[in-house]
Amino acid sequence: MRIADIVTASFLMLLGAIVVFDASRLGVGWGTDGPKSGFFPFWLGVLLMASCAVILVQAARRTGTEPFVTRAQAGPVLKVLWPAVALVVLTQWLGLYASAGLYTGFYMRWIGRHSWLAVLALAILFPLATFFIFEKWFLVPMPKGPLEAWLGQ
Amino acid sequence: MGIENLLLGFHVAITPYNLFVAVVGITLGTIIGVLPGLGGANGVAILLPLTFTMPPTSAIILLTSLYWGALFGGAITSVLFNIPGEPWSVATTFDGYPLARQGLGGQALTAAFTSSFVGAFFSIVLITFFAPLLAEIALKFGPPEFFAIQLLTFSSFVGLGGGSPLKSLVSILLGFILAAVGLDIVTGQLRMTFGLVDLMKGFDFIIAVIGLFGIGEILLSVEEGLSFRSARTGMNLRVVLDTWRILPRYARTFVRGSFIGFWMGFKPGGATPASFMSYAFAKRFSKHPERFGHGELEGVVAPETAAHAAGVAAMLPMLTLGIPGSPTAAVMLGGLIIWGLQPGPLLFKERPEFVWGLIASMYTGNILGVLMVLAFVPFFAAILRIPFAILTPVIVVVCAVGSYAVHSNMIDIWYMVIFGLVGYVFKKLDYPLAPLVLALVLGDLAENALRQSLIMSQGSLAIFVTRPIAGAITAVAVLFFLLPVLTPGWRRLRGAVVPAQGAS
Repeated sequence: MRIADIVTASFLMLLGAIVVFDASRLGVGWGTDGPKSGFFPFWLGVLLMASCAVILVQAARRTGTEPFVTRAQAGPVLKVLWPAVALVVLTQWLGLYASAGLYTGFYMRWIGRHSWLAVLALAILFPLATFFIFEKWFLVPMPKGPLEAWLGQ
Repeated sequence: MGIENLLLGFHVAITPYNLFVAVVGITLGTIIGVLPGLGGANGVAILLPLTFTMPPTSAIILLTSLYWGALFGGAITSVLFNIPGEPWSVATTFDGYPLARQGLGGQALTAAFTSSFVGAFFSIVLITFFAPLLAEIALKFGPPEFFAIQLLTFSSFVGLGGGSPLKSLVSILLGFILAAVGLDIVTGQLRMTFGLVDLMKGFDFIIAVIGLFGIGEILLSVEEGLSFRSARTGMNLRVVLDTWRILPRYARTFVRGSFIGFWMGFKPGGATPASFMSYAFAKRFSKHPERFGHGELEGVVAPETAAHAAGVAAMLPMLTLGIPGSPTAAVMLGGLIIWGLQPGPLLFKERPEFVWGLIASMYTGNILGVLMVLAFVPFFAAILRIPFAILTPVIVVVCAVGSYAVHSNMIDIWYMVIFGLVGYVFKKLDYPLAPLVLALVLGDLAENALRQSLIMSQGSLAIFVTRPIAGAITAVAVLFFLLPVLTPGWRRLRGAVVPAQGAS
């Protein structure tokens, strides 16, 4: 927990430095008709760096060996995280509906060990329902891929 | 004049279409409130893109009804499953779950819903009378006053939010920084884009809400290991009527809870501390404090009344000042801007049918809501019996759809995943998420108020102190900012009672 605190605070401090750097490029002072573009971000960045510095010192002084995540916790978290990332990657190639079907089906089979019938039913019905609600009813388009092109949508 | 306006509002709210919208909203909201990983704020955020084609009044009725539903839904999981769906339902589990274990789940749920309704109703009545007055006063406000109020909003997160004040401050700053990314509309310059086209559009708060509260919450809840052990609902008309016969005994608790809730609620992040405070008061004044924690009905009544009074009161600053009191209100405020309405005191003058339609719909929505949850508890409780391996992918896909729908942009789904990871890490390290979201929504407004004030004063910060109203508000804000420094012991004391702030 302590290490994670230090790493996060350092990262945010770096972010603050980037903000200050960019703000000083834009000008932090008084322009012809008011504060320049960088004025507000500059002070945000400065305050962020200062706050993180204090958090950093506090965390460094503290003693504690409690881990950020235990091995037993990290497993389930990763099992949710990487398929979700895979969904996003797939969406880029296959469109949202096909990826959502594959993702839901895979997850149900892998984690839940549901029967193939249930897996197939939900993997087809869920994207279909999404399609009708969003695309047809509310006219909100979703990313599409080769499958939709083949179906003529 | 108040009654006339309210009648006009009811005229809008009681059309068949708007009542239908309210029923849909409450149903979806209750489902969202019951599901782990989805709460009021990201439920509203996901549905927001669907409202773009609706008339604004119906759209806000849908979103507020969803919010009421989510408030009710939180009570169901707290009582039956010992899982607080929202941070402000934590106190409800103390006595609600023991009651359910003793087979009195129906009684506990009836008490919870009725208290929620009473608390909400109390706040709505106060809003009906105070909102026009506050809007009238706010009409005289200039940029310095608005900036001072924003300062007050954020200072109360730092000073009163519980948890680490420095980390609250970091969350606020981060929100403001994210809001500043992209085109600066005043000077037309690009800020913090580093030549990347994708950064030019900036970060949308809707995506941030879906990622931080949606994906982040799922990651957190699987870590704790999801297993639902439900107690039986035991809900029928007889139980409801019998419970209603007992409830008048707790009249004092109702009144106390409502006042605490309203008072805490119109300040940001108030619902959670309000529920704990109300519970503590009820215990202190009870003749049988030893029964609390083992299934005392009053221990359900107290936090639920206060939490809902606070949840509704959070709408007051959003309507009158254009400054939201909670992440959910913040998302709704974002909605107002998207629908082409200018949030703030002028709304009362320019769009009375919208404002009063919304206020009237708070009455109808809460009445419909309490009847619907009382009637359909078994149905809503059954949702939690859906296997985890089905719920998780469905929630993730719905979040992805909601993120993409905002701008039809693939990069937004990536942002959602990144915000989800940030939300997970921040939650674990005790950085509060609510101030980040509020700062992200209010960023441009706050910066413009600051710039205009400084232009008025030729660059002198003294303008926030010398104008009487702005000066008074700034003084309170500064006091709140300094509270953690002034009284270190006080904060530790408070931290023991109130857990870290979450979504409210």
